[in-house]
Amino acid sequence: MALSVQIEKWLGDFHLNAAFETEGETLALLGASGCGKSMTLKCIAGIVRPDRGRIVLNGRVLFDSEQGINLPPQKRRVGYLFQQYALFPHMTVEENIAVGLRTKDRAARKAAVAEKVKTFRLEGLEKLRPCQLSGGQQQRTAFARILASEPEVLLLDEPFSALDDHLRWQLELELMDVLRDFSGDTVFVSHRKDEVRRLCQTVTVLTAGRTDPVTTVRALLERPRTVGEARLAGCRNLSQAERLEEHRIFCKNWGVELETAEAVPGDTAFAAIRDGDIYPASGPDNRIDCRVARVVRDLDTVILMLATPGGSEGHSLLRMELPAAEWEALGCPEALAAAVCPADILLLT
Amino acid sequence: MDWYPLWNSLRIAAISAVIVFFAGIFAAYYIAKLPRGLKGLLDALLTLPLVLPPTVVGYLLLCLLGPRRPLGAWVLDTFGLRLTMTWWSAIFATTVVIFPLMYRTARGAFEAFDETLADAGRTLGRSNTYIFWRIRMPCCRQGILAGVVLAFARALGEYGATSMIAGYTPGRTATISTTVYQLWRTNDDGLAMRWVLVNVAISAVVLLAVNLLERRSREGR
Repeated sequence: MALSVQIEKWLGDFHLNAAFETEGETLALLGASGCGKSMTLKCIAGIVRPDRGRIVLNGRVLFDSEQGINLPPQKRRVGYLFQQYALFPHMTVEENIAVGLRTKDRAARKAAVAEKVKTFRLEGLEKLRPCQLSGGQQQRTAFARILASEPEVLLLDEPFSALDDHLRWQLELELMDVLRDFSGDTVFVSHRKDEVRRLCQTVTVLTAGRTDPVTTVRALLERPRTVGEARLAGCRNLSQAERLEEHRIFCKNWGVELETAEAVPGDTAFAAIRDGDIYPASGPDNRIDCRVARVVRDLDTVILMLATPGGSEGHSLLRMELPAAEWEALGCPEALAAAVCPADILLLT
Repeated sequence: MDWYPLWNSLRIAAISAVIVFFAGIFAAYYIAKLPRGLKGLLDALLTLPLVLPPTVVGYLLLCLLGPRRPLGAWVLDTFGLRLTMTWWSAIFATTVVIFPLMYRTARGAFEAFDETLADAGRTLGRSNTYIFWRIRMPCCRQGILAGVVLAFARALGEYGATSMIAGYTPGRTATISTTVYQLWRTNDDGLAMRWVLVNVAISAVVLLAVNLLERRSREGR
């Protein structure tokens, strides 16, 4: 089981350059909206034609610009779960599932539909139309229809977007069952790291049309390597950085020098600090004297936006979160020294 | 009362509505895919009969189909068939006049169609023919149905181009609209009024039918 993708596509100023491989796992394609995630899936499915590249699924070449191969979507055996499921509104649940079937034999079709209805717990809903179903039932119908077409790979395009948290969790549980029973690879597009942690094993981050090398989910969240990865790992403090010495960097946006535990690689371009890794300074080490630019009160904590001495306003503010009691104990000062442990500075390319 | 004009009007309108149903859908589907410049040009050309006076359409048709004109003469020589002044000559006129109505409503319906449904059909392995007739058309049926009925109703009322190309021969080419004009011209007000009422009744029934169909298809969803 393997999917290998290496494609390029130009759309006006936008340049999509995606390259990744899967081998029997669920790969997360993470990225902010508008970075080309859906476009990548559409290229794999054959809905959009890439300008250059090669797509191979289980040894079958689906697309190769050099050899002039471009299989139509009908022949690719790619199961595509669209954002709003794209169920056919004029057909019943049964009819929707039957659209995916490849056999022409009437008895076999009937049996296959009945089997999918049972697997996806759609009994009693066979004659209903999509608009009469709940969100969960719609998703199950969509999966029943996709799996009826016997795909070799599943492409899931943000299946939980536009859902409230409760329903989201219900559908995530359903999706886990589907993925457990599906033998092929899966590409899961998302912009939420919590879903990815639970559903995927490997991940690649798509930033402005470019994919980062595939890594494991654990590695990405524990030690992001690029700005895109750091953002998705939850780092909100990001600055351009340059190497000064082996263990010293200069953070341009904050205008401060910081000491790092890690030896600074030559290609370091950015530094990131997680919200929770910034705390009020107690000594001179890695100390940043800040002015408190903004105080946002959360339920039991306060979020401080700190202006650094050499930094400009706006995006260069540091974000620190403190328990409300600790903030009161400090006396709600206008100036505050922040510190960060050298081991908590993430060096990014 | 001679009912021939009613029968003639209905068959002319029905036949031209069927022709325009396929032609309009075909044009709407393929023109939507063309590059912008060509699309604009064809769009204007195909909508032209909607804004031209029917007499101009009739004149242009006579220029093409008249017995001494290129196409008309050729058909007359080859098949011994006169294209004008027969009952079915009116079909040329009504078809051209109602084509834009069908074309534009079908195009509007296709533009409102969610293309991801077609993409879903393709990834599920279905042919483009299947997707067109079993997914796209049913999803657009309200707009398309409205277009057909509107086109039918307009064909029923066509006068200008019809009178030029088919003329008025009682019992042969007479339609409701040409009959009303003829009766009014010969001061037969009573009979003219009866035909007017017949026409109003048919049009009202057609439009009521549209409303009913639309409501039913909405409830069916």
